[in-house]
Amino acid sequence: MKPVAFDYTRPRSISAALELLDSNPNAKILAGGQTLGPMLNLRLVQPELLIDITRIPELAAVTEGDDGIGIGACVTHAAIEDGRIGEPANGYLNRVASGIAYRAVRTRGTIGGSLSHADPAADWLAALLALNGELEIVGANGTRRAALDAFVTGAMETDLGPSELVAAVRIPKRSRAIRHGYHKICRKTGEFADAIGAVAIDDKKGEFRMAAAGGSHAPIVFTDPRHLFRSADPMDADSFDIEMGGAALRDAGMNADDYDLRLRAITLQRAVHDAVQR
Amino acid sequence: MKKQGVGARLIRKEDDRYMRGRGEFVGDIRRAGMADVAFVRSPLAHARIKSVTIPEDIRANVVIAADMKSVRPITAITSLPGFKPSSQPVLADEKVRHVGELIAFCIAPTRAEAEDLVARVEVNFEERPPVHDMLQAREKDTALVHDDWGDNIFLETLVEYDMAQAEREAVIKVTREFSTARQCMSPIEGRGVVAEWDHRLEQLTIHSSTQMPHIVRSGLSECLGIDHGHIRVIAPDVGGGFGYKGILLPEEVCLSWATMHFGHPMRWLEDRRENLTASANCREHHYVLTAYADKDGKLLGLDAEATVDSGAYSSYPFSACLEAAQVASILPGVYDFPHYSCHTFSAATNKPPILPYRGVARTGVCFAMELMIDAVARELELEPTDVRLKNLVRPEQMPFENITKKHFDSGDYPEALRRAVKEIDLKAIRKRQKKGESDERLLGIGFAMYSEQAAHGTSVYAGWGIPMVPGHEQANARLTPDGGLEVRIGAHSHGQGLETTLSQVANEILAIPHDKIKVVHGDTAYTPYSTGTWGSRCMVMSGGAVAEACDQLAARTRSIAAKMLQCKPQDVTLRDGRAFGPTGELTIEEVAYVWYRRPQDLPDDVDPSGLEVTAGYKPERDSGTFSYAAHATVVAVDTSTGEVDILDYVIVEDGGVLVNPMIVDGQIYGGAAQGVGTALYEEMLFDAEAQPLASTLSDYLLPGPTEVPSIRIHHMETPSPYTRFGVKGIGEGGAIAPPAAITNAINDALKHLGAELTMSPVTPRRIVEAIAAVQEGAAA
Repeated sequence: MKPVAFDYTRPRSISAALELLDSNPNAKILAGGQTLGPMLNLRLVQPELLIDITRIPELAAVTEGDDGIGIGACVTHAAIEDGRIGEPANGYLNRVASGIAYRAVRTRGTIGGSLSHADPAADWLAALLALNGELEIVGANGTRRAALDAFVTGAMETDLGPSELVAAVRIPKRSRAIRHGYHKICRKTGEFADAIGAVAIDDKKGEFRMAAAGGSHAPIVFTDPRHLFRSADPMDADSFDIEMGGAALRDAGMNADDYDLRLRAITLQRAVHDAVQR
Repeated sequence: MKKQGVGARLIRKEDDRYMRGRGEFVGDIRRAGMADVAFVRSPLAHARIKSVTIPEDIRANVVIAADMKSVRPITAITSLPGFKPSSQPVLADEKVRHVGELIAFCIAPTRAEAEDLVARVEVNFEERPPVHDMLQAREKDTALVHDDWGDNIFLETLVEYDMAQAEREAVIKVTREFSTARQCMSPIEGRGVVAEWDHRLEQLTIHSSTQMPHIVRSGLSECLGIDHGHIRVIAPDVGGGFGYKGILLPEEVCLSWATMHFGHPMRWLEDRRENLTASANCREHHYVLTAYADKDGKLLGLDAEATVDSGAYSSYPFSACLEAAQVASILPGVYDFPHYSCHTFSAATNKPPILPYRGVARTGVCFAMELMIDAVARELELEPTDVRLKNLVRPEQMPFENITKKHFDSGDYPEALRRAVKEIDLKAIRKRQKKGESDERLLGIGFAMYSEQAAHGTSVYAGWGIPMVPGHEQANARLTPDGGLEVRIGAHSHGQGLETTLSQVANEILAIPHDKIKVVHGDTAYTPYSTGTWGSRCMVMSGGAVAEACDQLAARTRSIAAKMLQCKPQDVTLRDGRAFGPTGELTIEEVAYVWYRRPQDLPDDVDPSGLEVTAGYKPERDSGTFSYAAHATVVAVDTSTGEVDILDYVIVEDGGVLVNPMIVDGQIYGGAAQGVGTALYEEMLFDAEAQPLASTLSDYLLPGPTEVPSIRIHHMETPSPYTRFGVKGIGEGGAIAPPAAITNAINDALKHLGAELTMSPVTPRRIVEAIAAVQEGAAA
């Protein structure tokens, strides 16, 4: 399969990219191309114009402020894996990045592209939902911020407007005491995940977020999942009740069958194990 | 000089170009004026074609069935009684019978533009109810894939050897239903064709990624109605075959017709989506087996019903029935038991046709039989390896004719198993199982055995009567004026390393240095006729033919050298690239030089045929060599997620005399990797509309480097009594036993839970569901 004929352009600024996007209703943003490439070849998308945003300096920048760290949308998984942007969230992001697909994919694939696509079987969505990540979105009306869990409206569905693009991902600053855990189950190395569990626990502040994703089901976030533990201590990972976890995912709207629900509950438990061990 | 003949572990000659990226595959070929072809394929599994609408502005670049009226359909018959032949139109005209079937093709300067044209061709269908499942196909009142057949059965066969007696004598009777998934063979390179017409030679030349150039030539001649002399088929470098490229493709016929009709070269390169959704599949079997045994696990009889999903058409040349015919004849495996009955059905469905994939029916047969042996062992609470040892054909019985008249040539099957038991350390694993794992996973150990009939020839294939019956295999050997050797074979090498191993055979006889020997293959214009590369036959058949040709060439070389050395031919020996007489020596180059450049120095009675020989070969007995192996594996099963981790894998293999043990190891590793795919990953599912549910490699899972365990290979070496050098065919074996061994190990792990897996691939979901089913059964 080969794509339909399309034009290609590589603007050098966000404003130029937005202008192109606004004036070409049938344009697509190209970042790492790890999803868009195959979709083009399969003719699942047939754009007239590809706007390559990988040469816009702001989109590759990493900024650190009082409220957290901003990772440019075009930062690659490999850059995060290799620690080229430091070790945000105590090295959690580096670990997640190192498990994405294969190295060749990580070399080109970008964090912003992955989140814009919002595939629940890909890693960043669940990983950053657990961190209560935010997106910086630019459009004709300026810049807006959106919490990731509000941004994602379903599996591969977001509230990104047709003339908007994701400029950066913001990870809120947290105490050093916060623990992060991550576990995914996939049929083979590098494959899209059948189940992903991600957790962030800050016991002192009483914060506890869990995100479950995988397959084709929209991710679910639990902002206070303590009731899913049989023990009063959420650091007692074994006391996370898998049956209750699966039922809670179903009640929260994950429309998956028993096997998938159970598998995702298992990844939540294992993510807690992972967090506790760190 | 270091040994370069039979038995040497030489690096493959072909690796030099492959490792430097200098292989030349169909996709690398460029021709002036070459156009790309894209096909209009059926989106439906079963439908009548009401009309095809082509916009007027592109009509000249689109070909439909009505344009190719002179082209005959592909028909692959068998002589088996009751077989119903299918007629596979090269382009469908009245009816489509599987998703992906060709309806039209579009020609444009590039593939992308050709696909643009495809999008503009409209086909109107009248949908018919599809047959999506082989058991559904067998039911009465099911839709008919071929309207005039009356049912959906290509062929039904029945063999029976007094089952009633087994039933009377048996202490236990164990019945199981087994099935293996439909798979897509996935060589790295898909199919591809470049077709062109040579006006000077009046010759159609097609480059095709095929395992059997001579058979493709015959098939094209039949379909196009032109003489063999007008057709040249070249198989250049081919990126893996495995059986996928052992077929005459309708695409090959279309491009051949098109280049003759339009006058310029045409190219089609199969993409992965076509590979997965439209081209031939393999492996889909269903079994119901009942084993009868005494209290010690000695088998008394086996009653079998086997169904093979043959898809919509009988593929050329192997037919729709090779698979089921093989099932009936090889199901008893490596075991000796007195009673047997097997009822087979080759069912037609609205799916792509099937082809024999590495191991052919043996992978399914081994899965069914070896799981059955373990089921019998569990029933009797015996160690499965003990049950195997009670039933294996013993070395003192060799050569052994089994119940289906298969002639096992040589070997020590029990010894292979005993070695596997020792290498995997069954005792230690049983001890570790009792202790339990710290991570709470369940440990299981599994074994599987098979024997692999290879290089079977005329006596076997004549009975099947398919379009291709192998006879004598030929090879041509020619000394060049500078003392080099050219060897030409009609089979093809696409990973087997024949450019290296056949050179070793020639070196063994002529003592010409390995680097001065060139093996030429893959071109009907250069090579003697051959049915090609399939059935693990090349080392036995082409190797035998090369040896025969080199023997004759050696005699002629000695005779010329004798005159020059002033001795008798029988006193001349060939060694290290030289001819030695009692009082002197010559290089082979000097001998060749005299024949070609100084004939005045030749003996008066020199053989006028010169230093070029075409010789034919058949083993003393052509019923096939039987290599065999015992596979043993240890797995850890996570019962909560169903994940399986292969902790250890041992193969004890007897492939007779090995020409190049390193290449054999490579063959075994590669085959076993594919076996792991069959066992745990690969599955082409179809929905009730017979739509394929995977169209990319993220839906159709192949094992990667981290999924294939580190395999420990041990060799035994029992020569075949019937072949040159005692070699046996060995190329497919690695792919046969892993599904059975791994599933037996999983079932061993789950034994105390009462859960048992009987379907490949064994996916995590199937494991969890099997355990849940037992628990629900217990609760109810």
